[in-house]
Amino acid sequence: MAQVKAKPTAPPTSPRPSTSGGATTSTVVGARPTPQADPDPSLNGRQMTGAESIIRSLECAGATDVFGLPGGAILPTYDPLMDSEKIRHILVRHEQGSGHAAQGYAHATGKVGVCIATSGPGATNLVTAIADANMDSIPMVAITGQVGAALIGTDAFQEADIVGITSPITKHNVLIKDAAEIPKAIAEAFYIASHGRPGPVLVDVAKSAQQAMTEFQWPERIDLPGFNSGARPHAKTIQEAARLLATARRPVLYVGGGVIRSGASEGLRKLTDLSGAAVVTTLMARGALPDSHPQNLGMPGMHGTVAAVAALQKADLIVALGARFDDRVTGKLSSFAPHATIVHADIDPAEIGKNRAVDVPIVGDLKDVFNELVPALATEHERHGKPDLEAWWHQLDDWRTTYALGYQPTADGLSNPQYVIQRLGELNDPDSTIFTSGVGQHQMWASQFIKYEHPNTWINSGGLGTMGFSVPAAMGAQVGVPDKQVWAIDGDGCFQMTNQELVTCAINEIPIKVAIVNNSSLGMVRQWQTLFYESRYSNTDLHTGHGTVRIPDFVKLAEAMGCVGLRCESDADVDATIKRANEINDQPVVVDFTVSRDAMVWPMVAAGVSNDEIQYARGVAPAWEREENA
Amino acid sequence: MTTHTLSVLVENKPGVLARVAGLFSRRAFNIHSLAVGQTEHPEISRITVVVDVDELPLEQVTKQLNKLVHVLKIVELERDRSVQRDLYLIKVRADARQRADVLQIVDLFRAHVVDVAPDSVVIEAVGTREKLEALLAALSPHDVREIVQSGTVAIGRGSRSITERALERVAVTA
Repeated sequence: MAQVKAKPTAPPTSPRPSTSGGATTSTVVGARPTPQADPDPSLNGRQMTGAESIIRSLECAGATDVFGLPGGAILPTYDPLMDSEKIRHILVRHEQGSGHAAQGYAHATGKVGVCIATSGPGATNLVTAIADANMDSIPMVAITGQVGAALIGTDAFQEADIVGITSPITKHNVLIKDAAEIPKAIAEAFYIASHGRPGPVLVDVAKSAQQAMTEFQWPERIDLPGFNSGARPHAKTIQEAARLLATARRPVLYVGGGVIRSGASEGLRKLTDLSGAAVVTTLMARGALPDSHPQNLGMPGMHGTVAAVAALQKADLIVALGARFDDRVTGKLSSFAPHATIVHADIDPAEIGKNRAVDVPIVGDLKDVFNELVPALATEHERHGKPDLEAWWHQLDDWRTTYALGYQPTADGLSNPQYVIQRLGELNDPDSTIFTSGVGQHQMWASQFIKYEHPNTWINSGGLGTMGFSVPAAMGAQVGVPDKQVWAIDGDGCFQMTNQELVTCAINEIPIKVAIVNNSSLGMVRQWQTLFYESRYSNTDLHTGHGTVRIPDFVKLAEAMGCVGLRCESDADVDATIKRANEINDQPVVVDFTVSRDAMVWPMVAAGVSNDEIQYARGVAPAWEREENA
Repeated sequence: MTTHTLSVLVENKPGVLARVAGLFSRRAFNIHSLAVGQTEHPEISRITVVVDVDELPLEQVTKQLNKLVHVLKIVELERDRSVQRDLYLIKVRADARQRADVLQIVDLFRAHVVDVAPDSVVIEAVGTREKLEALLAALSPHDVREIVQSGTVAIGRGSRSITERALERVAVTA
């Protein structure tokens, strides 16, 4: 009888101290005090409707801002919501927007994001955002109304099996038919969403449960015997990782979004400084280590810097930290980093060994990993001295300078989209600006050409690649962090998917700024058509740019939605336009930057090929041998 | 590809079976059989899954199963260290002329007849899959009208109980 995997018992600790009554219950082994950001003991035992119980539970769980849109099956809950003094509800214009807003809010604040929708189409409109949160490990709770318990399964009006639909894309979900279960379900949802590897949890509440009377009882502790919120890193594997880091000649720290979710940037900084290793920050990890740090080589992967991609390919040791060896990072997996010993640290044991075989697995929260790995490495250095990494850095610096990020002037005389994005980065203070983005060329350029100095200042859809993410995510981020400036960098394709939330922003005085990098086409798809489909541009022309019919006219559209609309058509006007937009803080601003459609994202590793085949620019491959002999 | 028998201990909550099955079906693994029932503890159910899969994907699906909130424990039961049994009910056309033949086969395989009609019998047979397949082969000259299988159930040999520790955890937090 071989035990495949017994779950390690979770530590009986809660990251948030319970402020009342926790002491007596927390001594029970295996049970954890309910995280309770805003306890109100007088609520317990009070008679109320299930609907009010939902609102009181959200308050007890610490929710202060929620995004949603009412409908028949969630109507009972919207009534007590109107009287809540603790919860601000933002009425969105489409449920997908509420989901992405909750994501942006969670990403910017580290708190659990909350979205609310009605049954059927309301709930299915959340599906994209839920899948996105699941891929990018964003703590989110979705509350959906469900038809009355007696009607479930009858194909009732606006009925959809949202628990069934979202099972593969949530961390957990549950259907509540009994009002008495509401507080426990919501307490658990917040706990599951925010503990261990974060993710989305959906709570579907039947309308009949919302209408029924119940006695409110906030659970004293969380009883989830099957939930594993993460183990402590194993001392032996930490030792081994330290030994490898102290002896490797070509070490690379491969940093993923887990470092940001864990809030472990400080630890990463310490490990970086102590180890002297090269650091690559993935699309999800931009900002985890400041771009100004001399050891940061930037983003690896399909559109990564040559230095970052080459560092991984030539490394003798890769320490993966909250990263998941995504295909967009590894390229053809069998030829990825062929010489590297792999140390993989992640809070989710299922990530370890999923794509790439691992030599030293470390399961644990990255904060703990850094806390233990840094002193262990210092001890190794004391014993054996620091490794000589001079030759490695000589080579890395050579790649960095020879193949620096850049772009060619456009042939049609229109602005370079890269220039627009670069100036957005340069004219905004990295200490007080959050950038969000959609998906496509503008996203890659925003990751490449903006220098991020802090975690959670770069918010994008990495895993799912959801076009239309940026505007609602920016709205959520701005609600969560009102004192920072939030710029949504968007494409003309993405913008047309979710711009309705600018109405929400205008009405609710959420003064985000949107930079539409308007190349009049679905730019990334067009780039692939240029490269792989003989420039046959099937269905990628959007008619929004310079010299076209300009449908829609983004400036007019912005104005119609209560925003300030600006247009910028030449390099000469870029700085002035950005400054003008930054001066407006009482209204959302939309800037239509019309740019050349022929600009392409470089460097590039084509899908499915080896990272060794990276092209610096079209037809230009780095000369590896030359550097290796240098 | 090899055949593996997994015992999955789960909290007895709605939707658990669908979640567990979903993780296998998403990866297009071929599930040979799946049997579910309550354990000695009413709050815990036990799912026995027999699946054709290589070691590496098995490890991945096991880790993913462990992430399901209502999954308590997963154990692989190796054939030589466990007892594995299936139950078949087989309806065979057998009138007076054929009945003796059929009953002889039933005796040989230590199976039982649990229903008799003038022109048919229902056979109940318990055993390993191999034994039951042999029984079906022996019955093949006859007119087999209907077969229903329980799916494999399996339990480890010796005194150790895989539910013990899972029980402790549920008891502590209940």
